[in-house]
Amino acid sequence: MNGDLMLLSTWALPAVFGVPLFAAAITFILGAGWLSRVIGLAVPVGVFVVSVFLVLAIADGGVVVSQIAGWPGGIAIAFVADMLSALMLGVSALLVFTCMIFAYSAGLGMDRWFVPAVSIMTSGVYGAYLTADLFNLFVMIEVALLPSYILMSRQGTLTGLRAARLYLIVNLTASTLFLAGLGVVYAATGTVNMAALAGLGVLPVVGIATGVVVIALMLKAALVPTYSWLPATYPYTSPAITALFSGLLTKIGIYALVRIISLIYEPGHLIVVIVITVCVASMIIGVLGALGESTIRGVLTFGMVSQAGYILVGVVLAGALGMAAVVFYLVHHTIVKTSLLLTSGTVEHEEGTGIIRRLGGLGRAHPIASFAFLLAALSLIGLPPFSGFWAKLGVLNAAAEAGAAIVFTVALVVSVGTLVYMLKLGTGVFWGAPKGADTDTDTPSDVSIGPVRVGAAGTVIDVAAAVEAPPATKWRPLLVFPGLALALISLGIGLSPEWLLALADTAGESLANPVAYVSAVLEGGSS
Amino acid sequence: MSLAIAVAVLAGVGTWLVVRGGAVRLILGFILLGHAANLVIISAGGTSRRVAPFIDGDLVVAQAADPLPQAFVLTAIVITFGVTVYLLSLVARTAKQASKVEGESAAKTRDEGPPSP
Repeated sequence: MNGDLMLLSTWALPAVFGVPLFAAAITFILGAGWLSRVIGLAVPVGVFVVSVFLVLAIADGGVVVSQIAGWPGGIAIAFVADMLSALMLGVSALLVFTCMIFAYSAGLGMDRWFVPAVSIMTSGVYGAYLTADLFNLFVMIEVALLPSYILMSRQGTLTGLRAARLYLIVNLTASTLFLAGLGVVYAATGTVNMAALAGLGVLPVVGIATGVVVIALMLKAALVPTYSWLPATYPYTSPAITALFSGLLTKIGIYALVRIISLIYEPGHLIVVIVITVCVASMIIGVLGALGESTIRGVLTFGMVSQAGYILVGVVLAGALGMAAVVFYLVHHTIVKTSLLLTSGTVEHEEGTGIIRRLGGLGRAHPIASFAFLLAALSLIGLPPFSGFWAKLGVLNAAAEAGAAIVFTVALVVSVGTLVYMLKLGTGVFWGAPKGADTDTDTPSDVSIGPVRVGAAGTVIDVAAAVEAPPATKWRPLLVFPGLALALISLGIGLSPEWLLALADTAGESLANPVAYVSAVLEGGSS
Repeated sequence: MSLAIAVAVLAGVGTWLVVRGGAVRLILGFILLGHAANLVIISAGGTSRRVAPFIDGDLVVAQAADPLPQAFVLTAIVITFGVTVYLLSLVARTAKQASKVEGESAAKTRDEGPPSP
């Protein structure tokens, strides 16, 4: 092992978790000044640089390990970076940076709690990507979730508070289940080190015990049948926070599922069959649900259910090929979905509402937002030359290789469904006639429903008002650029996908055949 | 066996309270569910070995209690406590906000009368 790698493993991995936590303390003491906001931007830049070094250091399929406090491998709580972890670290840092710029432009930086809460949340997310210990994973997820409860409820509207309560209850349920699952895993094996558990899924007791953990994570990742909390909570906070949550928190659940399933279960295990069924059902139900939503973010968040199924289905298909498809799709989806949420956030902030019926023909008023939306939408649907094309091609290729005809068919049909709900958004919000032109024809019907809404006194009116949650702000030019930048990155990846495909192949190889990961964690050194 | 019964009772009553609805029942239910999960972890360390580890120099390892599940449970208790306190404050805040909104709309209706169609 050369000196640079040694330095990375000893300092960089714990620092990626520790520095954001430290930054949270500093920014909380500093209060909501410009210095806090600069720190809030500098930390993700630092993490991104570290992740680039990590990716370069392990491009040959190696693994970087840091045994915390120098305990021998297997006893220490290890921080590990293989290619999947390094890529997720980089993508997360990128999207935290863009979301921070968006949030500052939208005025969230004025909130004293915003930068510290986001810093703690990101440290938990980075920690979850790096840890090799199941209990530490639980702690990291909690570290990421606690500030998210605060961020979720900061808006203070009644609907926002109710959504935050539901969000907290769902996550508390999942965490309790996760904890109980951990207890059973420890009882069955005497360890919660993921490397030590590798391949033990063949033992029925361990398979079922880890299954409890898998179920808890499926709840966190919002897969069918426990998906309905996601579209009921995410749209009711401010757009920047929805984008952060979508890119960071649901992705931890998906990442942890990928890690656990690939390490512990053999292909064809009962739990694996359940997961594949759940993924296919999520793909279908997510698309149908997205079609029925009436706000921009409602459609996009329900779409996340479908996309989560898309990402995960590769885990159980065709070994390394399927794993590589998962990694590529995960990176692509994090970028594109954040781009769409930020662009729609721009519209919500500038128009003061996210209700599709009240919007229309914004292409002329917001040409840049409209362009960014078009790019990201085409990428999400999966048309060339965007990153989404290569992501879907990877999943279809893996399904064909594994001979999974049902998965292949559903993936194709659901793509058409994605096209339909993105068309609904596009024609409803950006293209078509501006809403101002036909308000006259709408007026009679609005009047006729007037008494009904008043008759439901108070609560109903409040709900209707709170859906349009973000206050109309003055036009701020920076608001639109984070979403555009991410959409252009997706286009860039799509135009020259070779490097990311190669990295995804490396990651897929190490996931499907985790010998290097296991030996690095258990024997202590980096390989 | 007594641990298994305790877990079953805690999880059963906890689930019942959560499903019944109502803010206070919900919070109490989650506290019980958290205790159930903690007891599962404690039982994972085995209940037959009860001698305090580390303290005694010439301790027989087979009799020493497993310290790892106890460390897990300590961490979990702290986390659950924090989340429960936040849930309590969130519930209180929601109730306050709800009565405020209700009061406002009632006052509006009284002052202006029902808006004419």
